[in-house]
Amino acid sequence: MTDPTTAYWRGIRVSLPFLLVVLPFGALFGVVGTEAGLSLAQVMGFSIVIIAGAAQFTAVQLMQEQAPTVIVLASALAVNLRMAMYAASLAPHLGHAPGWQRVLIAYFNVDATYALSHMEYESNPEMPLNEKVAFYMGTATVICLPWYGVTWLGAVLGQAIPPGIPIDFAIPIAFISFFAPALRTFAHLAAAAAAVVLAVSLQWVPHNLWILIAGAGGMAAGAEVERRQAMK
Amino acid sequence: MTGWDSVTIWMVIAVLGIGTLAIRWSFLGLLGNRDLPGWALRHLRYTAVAILPALITPRVLWPAATGGETDPARLAAAALALAVGYVTRNALATIAAGLAALLLLQALGL
Repeated sequence: MTDPTTAYWRGIRVSLPFLLVVLPFGALFGVVGTEAGLSLAQVMGFSIVIIAGAAQFTAVQLMQEQAPTVIVLASALAVNLRMAMYAASLAPHLGHAPGWQRVLIAYFNVDATYALSHMEYESNPEMPLNEKVAFYMGTATVICLPWYGVTWLGAVLGQAIPPGIPIDFAIPIAFISFFAPALRTFAHLAAAAAAVVLAVSLQWVPHNLWILIAGAGGMAAGAEVERRQAMK
Repeated sequence: MTGWDSVTIWMVIAVLGIGTLAIRWSFLGLLGNRDLPGWALRHLRYTAVAILPALITPRVLWPAATGGETDPARLAAAALALAVGYVTRNALATIAAGLAALLLLQALGL
């Protein structure tokens, strides 16, 4: 267990269960993107260039609603802001990797690759840098590379879904599956509740700006609850 | 896609790709080992649980597919998905419960 090859394979092994989540989500994006009227190349463009499920669904949903381009961009990027936190928490472990490796690591930084790698580094602080990188690439091999293939499958096979199936509701359900399991603490619940109340009451705000206001308000509520709890 | 020409769609993809990579690279590539201030971490922790429910709640209450009319079947399916996700912490179970509930309720004519 002391060489990069072993670390790479261990990264692959621990990631395999996550295929159960990655494969259906990628396929669902292919289906939803195609149903929304994107071409096969555009659907693949989303999954290869952006490679971030929640942000991809956000962009497609808002484009379907004819939101202004700036709002589409700002909202989808806001969904990805949590990855700045992932980058910061990986930095002590991977910050000294060569520049091109850090770009590759950044590209593959999704919830699962981050969570699995961070857990491994914390429980194995003595791990040398090259093994840490190899482990990370193992998780990326399993979690990120199939994303492209299943997006394509979803886009191609999705056209065969009979009309009458309420595919429009796949996006809300997918979103609920992103955040409901993450509502771990009272602060998380407060953030979600505040954001929902703001979103519903600010529907009159033009240009879909209510999304960003509600998001910022929810984040502030969560942060404030956490701060107060920490002071106790 | 209705209302979006191909050039604009590719521009959206490119900007989101570059922006997302910049976010992912930020503290890893640029700032090295410097720690984020506590207040920033506190806010970033809640981005997903704030923005995702905010985005989706109006669509659940007033779905475009029903012309903005509140639909009891969609509302019930979303509530069930939320409960299943919260209790089981399992994303796949959440999706399965929500979609199965909606299909069932629609089949029952609700």
